[in-house]
Amino acid sequence: MKSERIVALSAPRKEGRDKVTGRARYIDDITLPEMLYGATVRSRIPRGKIKKITFGPGINWDKFVVVTAKDIPGKNYIALIENDQLCLADGIVNHPEEPVLLLAHPDRHALPKAVEAVSIEYDSLPPVFTIEESERQSEIIWGADNIFKTYLIQKGDVDGIWEKADYIVEGEYSTGAQEQLYIETNGAIAAFDAERGLTVWGSLQCPYYVHKALMALCNLPETKVRVVQTETGGAFGGKEEYPSMLAAHASLLAMKSRRPVKIVYDRAEDMVATTKRHPSRTRHRTAVRKDGKILGGEIELVIDGGAYVTLSPVVLSRAAIHAGGPYEWPAIRVRAKAVATNAPPHGAFRGFGAPQSLFAMERHMDRIARAVNLSPVEIRRINFLKPGQTTITEQTINEPVDLGKMLDRALEHSSYEAKKQWFARENESGAVRKGMGVAAFLHGAGFTGSGERYLASVVGVEGTAEGRVRVLVSSTEFGQGTNTVLCQIAAETLGLPYDDVEIAQPDTTEVPNSGPTVASRTAMVVGSLVASAARGLEQTLTASGKLGKTYSAEEFRRACREHVAAHGRFRSLARYEPPANIYWDDQNYRGEAYAAFAWAIYVAEVTVDLATYSVSVADFVALQEVGRVLNPVLARGQIIGGVAQGIGFALYEKVEWRDGCMQNGQMTNYIMPTSADVPPIRVFFEELGNTHGAYGAKGIGELPMDGPAPAIVNAIEDALGIPLDSVPLLPENIFDAIASASNRESDARSPTGVR
Amino acid sequence: MTKTGATPCDVSLIVNGEPRTVRAYPMERLLDVLRQQLGLTGTKEGCGEGECGACSVIMDGALVDSCLVPVLQAQGSNVVTIEGLGKDARACALQETFLECGGAQCGICTPGMILAAVHLLNEKPEPTMDDIRDGLAGNLCRCTGYVQIFEAVAAAARRGVAR
Repeated sequence: MKSERIVALSAPRKEGRDKVTGRARYIDDITLPEMLYGATVRSRIPRGKIKKITFGPGINWDKFVVVTAKDIPGKNYIALIENDQLCLADGIVNHPEEPVLLLAHPDRHALPKAVEAVSIEYDSLPPVFTIEESERQSEIIWGADNIFKTYLIQKGDVDGIWEKADYIVEGEYSTGAQEQLYIETNGAIAAFDAERGLTVWGSLQCPYYVHKALMALCNLPETKVRVVQTETGGAFGGKEEYPSMLAAHASLLAMKSRRPVKIVYDRAEDMVATTKRHPSRTRHRTAVRKDGKILGGEIELVIDGGAYVTLSPVVLSRAAIHAGGPYEWPAIRVRAKAVATNAPPHGAFRGFGAPQSLFAMERHMDRIARAVNLSPVEIRRINFLKPGQTTITEQTINEPVDLGKMLDRALEHSSYEAKKQWFARENESGAVRKGMGVAAFLHGAGFTGSGERYLASVVGVEGTAEGRVRVLVSSTEFGQGTNTVLCQIAAETLGLPYDDVEIAQPDTTEVPNSGPTVASRTAMVVGSLVASAARGLEQTLTASGKLGKTYSAEEFRRACREHVAAHGRFRSLARYEPPANIYWDDQNYRGEAYAAFAWAIYVAEVTVDLATYSVSVADFVALQEVGRVLNPVLARGQIIGGVAQGIGFALYEKVEWRDGCMQNGQMTNYIMPTSADVPPIRVFFEELGNTHGAYGAKGIGELPMDGPAPAIVNAIEDALGIPLDSVPLLPENIFDAIASASNRESDARSPTGVR
Repeated sequence: MTKTGATPCDVSLIVNGEPRTVRAYPMERLLDVLRQQLGLTGTKEGCGEGECGACSVIMDGALVDSCLVPVLQAQGSNVVTIEGLGKDARACALQETFLECGGAQCGICTPGMILAAVHLLNEKPEPTMDDIRDGLAGNLCRCTGYVQIFEAVAAAARRGVAR
């Protein structure tokens, strides 16, 4: 066994130097000879039949390449789960940003006018814009009932708990859409030639998703479609499914024009037309004993999926499984539903449903605390899941997680009790109110249930002719540290210096399908496979006698070079094997939902200005258990970045909708946190030293998105003494809540929602 | 928008220490001229409306959003982009500390952020944490939550380069 020298150290980011010198090449930095620029003509109404398309005057249309649905060589859909989303509208539009036709021209500046000059006449159909309208089914816009997907999770005897309850606590919580707002907008370049087929370069998370979509759309065999990820300037889920659409559009234009075509969205188009976080509404009804123990409850969760199915079933699944939080529920029933509206499809965004349902759960815990007259800290402590107990899907907690101890540590770091007392005195007067809020949560790593089994990811590790090691994966780098961490794992496994290991650019002709880069699965699932493929490389060299049982880096390099000289390309592949004794029932949503959970306690301190109703986060403690921390600098960066996005989700980022269309698709009026807005974000890791993943890693990327919003809103409630049940919470929302709370107070004396 | 109502003209400016003359429409964005005509793609477009700072360059000592600068306005000026920082000791120190501290994740805001940091340290070689927050407030980063960027700038300042 080699000593572990690279894993758990902050190895420098593999592509870091290119990034800090400006050499890194993103999609818009690439220009091909003879390249055209593409643009998309979109629907401008939420729902209707296309009657007529007119190419207006003043444009030399002969100079434009025009593509409509009729030009599609294969199937007119973007292959994903249900294949219900068309690549280009064919007679009917179902949301106000639906692509109708495509234009390409050598001069990118010629495109905006041409797009404007295409006029489309419609017969409008009645649209549906909200969860409530969709549920009423007065207008059916999708399937038989506007419902994309439902799940039911049941554990224990829910119907029997209500009569045993000392309190029944009810609440309704909602979360808004949120834009991923990666700083590099979506973009792709496609090139086609009859012999080699289609090549697409793009800013994207999942090369093989795009590959699959293009094969169906362009009617091309696997070998005639090549997808290459270029340096990707942020993604956060926002480049999981949408790049298939964009790549499809660029490809159709390239196939028709026989010239390379680049489409890069400007910020406005990216914000209004591409996916956002699903808006949600969650209702809780909970039976509680007078000592604070939860006896059971019902959770009804609905997400707004927009006009097409896309990833909504999967987002809903994760939302449902996380809906009970890190608590022990003797009995629970979760009914989850994704509904259709005439808005652009909502999609993947870091957290993937969990931020929505955990916001509700963690707000509801504070409401329960108030009902039973316990502190937010004690109510959580009493109900925390403990090793040996089961989650709401009846997955037994097998690792020695001690949430109570983590809570103590987080409270200590945040000086919670002292500040609570101090604020109680300070809040009696003055122009500001201060508060402390806690959120406890978990996040499952990897695909849900049998997902990893179906993915059956494959990873390669190559020994090169130069004696170096190359990691071959379709897992992509978009800031999280994929390149670095996977190289660290390979170097660690082989006992080589970190600099001896490199990673291939994700290119479907070069790398096997290691699955999509989503679901906090890369370090844990793909990392394990990298280790295993690296061991395969070593075994081949030792078995052939080229390498001894122990070896120096130079001996490894030489053995590698000799092997390549003698046998040619030298690769070792590893395929995902599901662990034995994993039980998951897809029908009843029961069993081991995730290979591992990460756990966290976040504490927020807020200051509310009573003159402006603005909230600032004064301090933030983020304590989590994510298994082994493979690279402390990168891991800490993931947490801080996620917390900042969570602060935006809670306090700033509001999508203003009108008729299914985002009205504030600009950075000027959709506000994300700036350097002046973020508090000190203090990150602490617990490490249980478990056996998950490569060298003990669990998932980390999404976790920090789940906790900030409830911790912050709980802190605002602590400061103001009024319940606040939705995010984003802008100053005007706080003003309204204060006004309606004082109205309620004059109306009645009983607190809302508590029996 | 970029080309209406005018004919191309010659614009002379100094870019990264070298005199350059470009033929461009007067209202063409400096950003596009740098990226497309001069091939300096290290300057990024994030929003096109001066909100995100990804296109930051230093023009005559001032930090500007190159998406908001019509190229004619840059006539005779001295422009420094990320590609022109190669030998600047302060910039090199920042590039190292960004790497060490985790100041770059996806990297798309990084060139602009480093130029903002160079500009800040030129003005205030020993910045306080508030100076750093203010100095970078025009440059949005969606990945890092800024904290490790602050640490990188503070670390570079501590190294006290070029003083």
